[in-house]
Amino acid sequence: MKTFPIGGVHPSENKLSCAKPIEVLPLPEVVNIPLAQHIGAPAVAKVAKGDKVVTGQLIAEAGSFMSANIHSPISGTVKSVDLVANGQGLRQPMITIERDGDEWAEGIDRTPTLVKECTLSAQDIIAKIKDAGIVGMGGATFPTHVKLSVPPGKKAEVLIINGVECEPYLTSDHRTMLERGEELVVGVTILMKALGVEKAVIGIENNKPDAIEHLKKLVAEYKGIKVQPLMVKYPQGGEKQLIAAVTGRQVPPPPALPIDVGAVVCNASTTVAVYEAVQKNKPLIERVVTVTGKGMKEPKNLLTRMGTPISTLLEAAGGLPEDAGKVINGGPMMGRAMCNLDSPVTKGCSGITVMSGRDAARRTATQCIKCAKCVSACPMGLEPYYLSKMTQKKGLEEVEAQMVTSCIECGSCQATCPAYLPLLDWIRLGKQTVMGIIRARAAAATPAPQK
Amino acid sequence: MKNLIIAPSPHVQTDRSTASIMRDVVIALLPALVVSTVVFGANVIFVTAVSILACVAFEYLIQRFIVRGPQTVGNWSAVVTGMLLAFNLPATIPWWIIVIGAFVAIGIAKMSFGGLGKNPFNPALVGRVFLLIAYPVQMASFPEVEGLDALSGATPLAAVKYGASVNIVGVQDLMLGNMPGSLGEVASLALLIGFVYLLWRKVITWHIPVTILVTMAAFAAIVGWANGAQGDLLWQLPLFHVLAGGALLGSIFMATDYSTSPMTIKGGIIFAVGIGVITMCIRLWGSYPEGMSFAILIMNSVVPLLNKYIKPKRFGVK
Amino acid sequence: MNAVLLYTILTLCVLGVLAAVILYFVAQKFRVEEDPRIDEVEKMLPGANCGGCGFAGCRAMADALVKNDDISSLSCPVGGNSTMKAVATYLGKAAAEKEPQTATVRCGGTCDKRPRTNEYNGAKSCAVAASLYVGETGCAFGCLGFGDCEVACAFDAIHVDPATGLPAVDPDKCTACGACVKACPKNIIELRKKWPKDRAVYVGCVSKDKGAVVMKACKAGCIGCGKCEKVCQFGAITVENNLAYIDPQKCKLCRKCVNECPTGAIKLVNMEPLPKEPKAPAAPAAPAADTAAKTDAKPKPAAKKATPTKKTATE
Repeated sequence: MKTFPIGGVHPSENKLSCAKPIEVLPLPEVVNIPLAQHIGAPAVAKVAKGDKVVTGQLIAEAGSFMSANIHSPISGTVKSVDLVANGQGLRQPMITIERDGDEWAEGIDRTPTLVKECTLSAQDIIAKIKDAGIVGMGGATFPTHVKLSVPPGKKAEVLIINGVECEPYLTSDHRTMLERGEELVVGVTILMKALGVEKAVIGIENNKPDAIEHLKKLVAEYKGIKVQPLMVKYPQGGEKQLIAAVTGRQVPPPPALPIDVGAVVCNASTTVAVYEAVQKNKPLIERVVTVTGKGMKEPKNLLTRMGTPISTLLEAAGGLPEDAGKVINGGPMMGRAMCNLDSPVTKGCSGITVMSGRDAARRTATQCIKCAKCVSACPMGLEPYYLSKMTQKKGLEEVEAQMVTSCIECGSCQATCPAYLPLLDWIRLGKQTVMGIIRARAAAATPAPQK
Repeated sequence: MKNLIIAPSPHVQTDRSTASIMRDVVIALLPALVVSTVVFGANVIFVTAVSILACVAFEYLIQRFIVRGPQTVGNWSAVVTGMLLAFNLPATIPWWIIVIGAFVAIGIAKMSFGGLGKNPFNPALVGRVFLLIAYPVQMASFPEVEGLDALSGATPLAAVKYGASVNIVGVQDLMLGNMPGSLGEVASLALLIGFVYLLWRKVITWHIPVTILVTMAAFAAIVGWANGAQGDLLWQLPLFHVLAGGALLGSIFMATDYSTSPMTIKGGIIFAVGIGVITMCIRLWGSYPEGMSFAILIMNSVVPLLNKYIKPKRFGVK
Repeated sequence: MNAVLLYTILTLCVLGVLAAVILYFVAQKFRVEEDPRIDEVEKMLPGANCGGCGFAGCRAMADALVKNDDISSLSCPVGGNSTMKAVATYLGKAAAEKEPQTATVRCGGTCDKRPRTNEYNGAKSCAVAASLYVGETGCAFGCLGFGDCEVACAFDAIHVDPATGLPAVDPDKCTACGACVKACPKNIIELRKKWPKDRAVYVGCVSKDKGAVVMKACKAGCIGCGKCEKVCQFGAITVENNLAYIDPQKCKLCRKCVNECPTGAIKLVNMEPLPKEPKAPAAPAAPAADTAAKTDAKPKPAAKKATPTKKTATE
């Protein structure tokens, strides 16, 4: 059974909602749409207070190449374009829309018929994906059209569809693969065409045998698409880990990108969104969000419009339990804890995990016993204990020399530490600081061409 | 509703803790303790109890009155040190020597460096070596064992050192611990059971113990062959060196001590080869019959260097 | 026996001489030519190696002092003017006089003024918390209270007070080296002019949020109402981005702004406030007398406006 070569951990899977079919959440009354839902420049608002908008209408335009369009998820009136607190309590520019009926923009095909045929050229496909504002829906929110635009001199050889969903608790990709497999596979053919590759591999971990079987049946009639079952190990859903697991090739350390080893990785949900954008003209305005947690009454997979308040989703899943200690946007390994539950669902929000009672609070950290469990858990072959210590001691040159920029922030080190040390907290800080130093160095090195 | 908790990811922690790992080591040592009690009598329990109590007491007192940090006795590491120290002593040792050994182990070798995880040398071994040098007579007088008159109180290694053949003790006696020696080192089979338990509980990996034993066996066989050993002796020599003395106890429980062994597997293998070679050099050509504890302490001092230069295999780097 | 002794002594002597000769040649070969004045200057510097001067340590600073012809841009915040003067005299150069400064924590969001809305559970570090989220309270600008400044301080001069949750500066120990200023991810700490008796008037808030947002998060925040700006006679106060700032160079400690501030965001340190209404000192006798005395004392610095800095320095 294939898997990635170095490190990895096995957190308890807790896929509570894996057998729950996707439910459609009723339309929200008010939505908040952040202008920055993706990596790169924030989008630029195209609407102002008082404007009427319809579902699927462009309300914010990509700020640069590395950015993404944003469309209205509901029809109604723009209430404000102002700073609103996000899940972390930080105030960010958002467009607030109050719902009024359910009117859709023209040209969007809302019928469920499967459209297999795609006659568009690669450029047209990428343009359509760009227009639809599609970004990586696994959490990284990297604009998909940027990923598909292979830089000159590089060549894509294989498309990898990420159906791994290695985060504990989350099941949105799993359900999407099961319930929207046909669309997913058409999406794969579209992406293959856009990239000009002959080969595509759908990587799925072995804990989703139903999805593996379902997709294997579906891809039988297509040429070049393969379903690859993978051994269950976190963080297999990490782009570099998945490429290594599927192709055996290791992406070199930053600034190298997956395309340097000829691979392009696309999340399963994103692939379905690509299908909808290209074949149905439907922009990215909704996504499947898993609402889960041991204390939740009814863990669920909800098809949710972007901008819906998290609290609405929690209500739909039976409400926040009494002893809820932590609400996480995403899964427990890489998700971000939230302090503001009125914050909206965004393009990268694959799940809401509620941790209750004892699970929520960290246990008291003790002294490092040099057990080296973090070293053997690190999927990037780093030394977390050392990076963490050197960051605290402000030895940033050493932190950089020991390749902190390779860290993918998967949290395997911290999750495996028997002394409960906040290893990743420090490493992340060290990584951010070092990245800042590298950027400053690069800026200092190239002053003239800028002007 | 209570305030929500906020922390950076990850939001899960392992079920293991320092204490649970140390408890596993104690559990892994229990079979050897039982065998030892059968071989040497109730004195074994007394020596072990004194050693553990003294180690725990010293750790508690030092942490309470000198270091003044949060109490660390609860992490069971002092119990492990106490047990390992006792395993390195003869069953007839007077109680006050044990207490001195415990003080050296905990007070000097461990707490003065900042406690668990910061000590460069294995505390139990520092305690043992201190006693070996300070009280050579008491440390080398072992109770006689029934049925092995040929040894008359000497350990098999000492007997071999002074000219006896390695056949002096049979493999069965070596496995079951029916020979004179320190408390815990004699019961090879029981130590191997502990090894399997530690592997199963993922407390240690196999790399360091197996490498040490393989190195020692290879070394013994090659030197034996060079000295003209033939026939059965070619497998008896390595087997004897692996099973006699502290080879198993040292390689499974002492060389794998977290804070005094390298952080990477590659480093661990270099470390283990060093231990194996040094041990055999002392056994074959040194003045002590047994060299395991010295070898481990010497290689302990190389660990910081190994940690600095032997890095794990980085992802994506050729 | 004697022969053994003799040989031992001889061998040791020969070894010693040999080692000395080798050392001598090595020292010759690897000698570093260095201006001897650098050593002298280094001795004059405080030796705290705090980095407050912008150099890696006192040695590097001494090196720069000796090598640069113009040392007016260099200053040792720890040793202060006296040290710089001594160094300048020794080197025959001119040092710029710098007014004494002290670190000021510009946040008044104590535990009771600024309720907690969540519980932080990560690594105890302001930098880590700041890169994660807003902080334990609703204020995105205020002090996080995890003590990065305390860790950064080489002089034991700043400590987080558990009662208020905010760092407090010990003005006697603070050398204005600026380590805490750099350590604070929220840029709350500012080096401000050090008045005699450690008096101070400053805006204890750095929130650029709108008034309504500030008030929701904290009862002691600056809401940018601009009342202080209007009342200030010296043009020391500016309100920008919903936040008032008192220029320490222009402020004369007249304290009018303090009474004007509706939220108490303007802090007054080691001084009695001005009476609310000049005519009605309705408070008990002793404090009233005190305030009266202070009010009397107050116009003095204002009157001697021409040379205020020097006056305060001699006061």
